[in-house]
Amino acid sequence: MSLRSPLSRVLGSGSAKEGTDHWWLQRVTAIALVILGAWFLISLAGIESYSAPGMHAWVASPLNATMLLLTSFTLAWHSMIGVQVVIEDYVHGSAMKVASIILNKFVHVFLGLAAVLAILKIVLGGAA
Amino acid sequence: MSNDERPLSPHLTIYRWPITMTLSILHRMTGVALAVGLIAFVFWLTAIAYESVSYELFTGIAESLLGQIALLGWLFSFFFHLCNGIRHLIWDTGRMFEKHQADLSAWAVLVAAVVMTIIYWVAI
Repeated sequence: MSLRSPLSRVLGSGSAKEGTDHWWLQRVTAIALVILGAWFLISLAGIESYSAPGMHAWVASPLNATMLLLTSFTLAWHSMIGVQVVIEDYVHGSAMKVASIILNKFVHVFLGLAAVLAILKIVLGGAA
Repeated sequence: MSNDERPLSPHLTIYRWPITMTLSILHRMTGVALAVGLIAFVFWLTAIAYESVSYELFTGIAESLLGQIALLGWLFSFFFHLCNGIRHLIWDTGRMFEKHQADLSAWAVLVAAVVMTIIYWVAI
């Protein structure tokens, strides 16, 4: 008879590795994106000029830049979590599955960082 | 000890196709479409930020027929995924789970997504 508690036995294995983090973060990022997505489309619709300098000025405003940073970060995160679930469902074979999930993470981190860097360049870099 | 005569449980094809299944599949499809759209989103931001990435190249692609179809697709995907996502969040609280409620909310989401897409596309 083991003296370990049931909790202690499952911690670190199976779904208990991360518990409900994946599910929960999908929800939290979803709620954030309801707000950020609505802001993005409404704010985008209100822009006067869609020329390159007009877009640059829109992104460069501190409020827009902050909201865009939040949007990029949350979007990449939510997308990464979501695509991972699709991979887990449809990609079979352990090696292929793990490789796809890792590649998915790399691509999303790359896209998220590229977005953040572009926004920072616009805000901090002065006029285009 | 295989037995070919075993009764099989009814599979998807045996049922009359319910609207909720369409919505479930659409939620995943629009999600994947939006993940691809993330690439376009990043391309758009880099086109604004860097002179080496031509903004005219971006607008050229966006204004082409293929670009317009893609933008319309992403717009619908966004509104659908948004509305159906809210439906999922409501389900997460344990509400609206009855069959007739799920059917009703399915149609509500579809109509809302289409209407929002049309309004936004026309307004822009």
